[in-house]
Amino acid sequence: MTPRNTARLAQALILAAFVGLAVLLATTTAEHLAQRGIRSGFDFLLEPAGFALGESLLAFEPEDSTLRAFAAGLANTLRVALPGVALALVVGILTGFARMGDNPLVRGLASAAINAFRNVPLLLQLLAWYFILTDLLPAADAALRLGPGVYLSKSGLALPWWGEQGFETPEIAGFGIEGGARLTPEYLAMLLGLVLYSAAYIAETLRAAVEALPPGQRLAALAMGMTPRQAFLLVLLPQAWRAALPPVTSQLLNLFKNASLAVAIGYPDLVSVAGTSLNQTGRAIECLSIVIAVYLLLSLAAAALSRHLEAHSLRGSRE
Amino acid sequence: MSSPSLRRLFGDPLNAILSLGVLLAALICLPPLIRWGLVHAVFQPDPAACEAVQGQGACWGVVAEKARFIVLGRYPADALWRPALAAGLIAGSWLVAAFGRLSGGRLAAVLALPPLVALPVLGGGFAGLEAVPTELWGGLPLTLLLTAAGMAGALPLGIAVAYGRRSKLPVLRGILTGYVELARGIPLVAALFVASFLLPLFFPDGMALDMLWRVLIAIVLFAAAYLSEIIRGGLQAVPPGQLDAAAALGFTPWQAQRHVVLPQVLGAVAPSIANSAIALFKDTSLVTIVSLYELTGSLGLALAGDAQWRPFYLEAWIFLAAIYWTGCTLLARLSRQLEHKRPDRRSDRAGH
Repeated sequence: MTPRNTARLAQALILAAFVGLAVLLATTTAEHLAQRGIRSGFDFLLEPAGFALGESLLAFEPEDSTLRAFAAGLANTLRVALPGVALALVVGILTGFARMGDNPLVRGLASAAINAFRNVPLLLQLLAWYFILTDLLPAADAALRLGPGVYLSKSGLALPWWGEQGFETPEIAGFGIEGGARLTPEYLAMLLGLVLYSAAYIAETLRAAVEALPPGQRLAALAMGMTPRQAFLLVLLPQAWRAALPPVTSQLLNLFKNASLAVAIGYPDLVSVAGTSLNQTGRAIECLSIVIAVYLLLSLAAAALSRHLEAHSLRGSRE
Repeated sequence: MSSPSLRRLFGDPLNAILSLGVLLAALICLPPLIRWGLVHAVFQPDPAACEAVQGQGACWGVVAEKARFIVLGRYPADALWRPALAAGLIAGSWLVAAFGRLSGGRLAAVLALPPLVALPVLGGGFAGLEAVPTELWGGLPLTLLLTAAGMAGALPLGIAVAYGRRSKLPVLRGILTGYVELARGIPLVAALFVASFLLPLFFPDGMALDMLWRVLIAIVLFAAAYLSEIIRGGLQAVPPGQLDAAAALGFTPWQAQRHVVLPQVLGAVAPSIANSAIALFKDTSLVTIVSLYELTGSLGLALAGDAQWRPFYLEAWIFLAAIYWTGCTLLARLSRQLEHKRPDRRSDRAGH
């Protein structure tokens, strides 16, 4: 047999084994579903969801369709992940600067913070933020006043915002706070946890990228009469940023994936809506395939964006 | 302003403002923290005393009261030496790896054997050891077991997948690329949901698996995808001349991979593999979402239903965070040590 035919035979065998395994899984699964009396199919998406969401950017009632519940879950994921990405970048870059600066006090503080946030599981950090926000803060009628119309309490953060009567400033009224917009403790815990955890990684990535540059770059900049700060900002940082871009993008994509930990503190993100719907309808395969499909699409979009950014920054370097 | 350290702190306006800011913040934050954590704190597991100082002082008594439960979980109280031994074996192997000077096969054996020994020690059912169902395993032994067994299973699979993706067979490459992209694209929580809800549907009736094994399968498949990417990168970095040289010396292609290429690749990517182990160690906390009570889960289990101790969640949390921090730091030390061993790095370091 020629090597080419051997390769063809091997491929045919692999394909047959793969298809055989898939068919075996499919038949066993179909049998089990029939035994348990679970119907399959995506028709449940159009039926009323029958459960309420703790909070939702999209208006949502239990009578609305399950499809709308999934959409509301995705909107909630984006609502925490998109601001999270922006804040994590800002906090991460500032912490990275502090970590690499020439002030020993600031450097030590940044280093300790990075070390602490990177070495404790994100889930544990989220549980701590949630406990602090729901158990240790005062009740709404004794809310902490952080500024004009900004109140922090067990029931979340109240902010001035446009309401039914135009621009409203929240005020303590009776046992609660009225007017303006409210961010729930679940949302705040998610945002705080995701931002600080990702920021610690971004800061560390930046530092690694700067340290990986040849030492001659800094020496040359100093020899040309730049101050150490100028050398850092004008020579080292632009080069390091280009090297740090791929790992930083993957950190930001991780933030999207980590938003799925919301299920542990009851923030209704996509995965937690899928979990609830799965428990209600028993359609495990359908619910989980929706989650997997959405996350794969997000990953593809992030990969495309990352390639675009890298191409862009490389073009900048040639000019 | 003669001392150089003073000049670094207050040498120019920006630094002076930053230094003053940090000092001021320390002055405001530290005294209340010390008062809370030490001066007014209660160290005995005395609920009445703890309640009396609530808000002013920490109740470290909650750690004394709940530590056994948080660390060893719901394991039967008359056989606690078994989870303690299992955790000790795995943690001990990490200590040896982080501080000893092992490398290559010996290092792999030291890290891979303890989880294999820990399994029968926890499970029992032989030689007079009472069988303990996996639902009762928990706390630190479970966290360590999931990490160590997860890595021990994922590394060989990751190596196989990395080689498979370099195969000349497009069908094999396609299937493996699909698997790696799928596993790397979804969050671990989704993979754990698949393990929890879908795997029981996939297996034939006679082969029903406990949640622990299903979760371990998910963890191995999830981690192997990331490891395969690390190893694939390492394989690409080996110069093709290495293979030619091995062939010229009479190695078969298999021998060349086994004795020439793979040792170089594993040596070069060992620090990245250790970093994956750190990530997995932290990620094992997620299995609490599918009701396996490792460290994070047993914290909730220990305090959620106990009205007397529940207010002192934060103190118990600090204890738990310290355990995780120690584990991560130990593995990070292992990673740094492996980096120092790399032959290509040795000359750099000497030049410093």
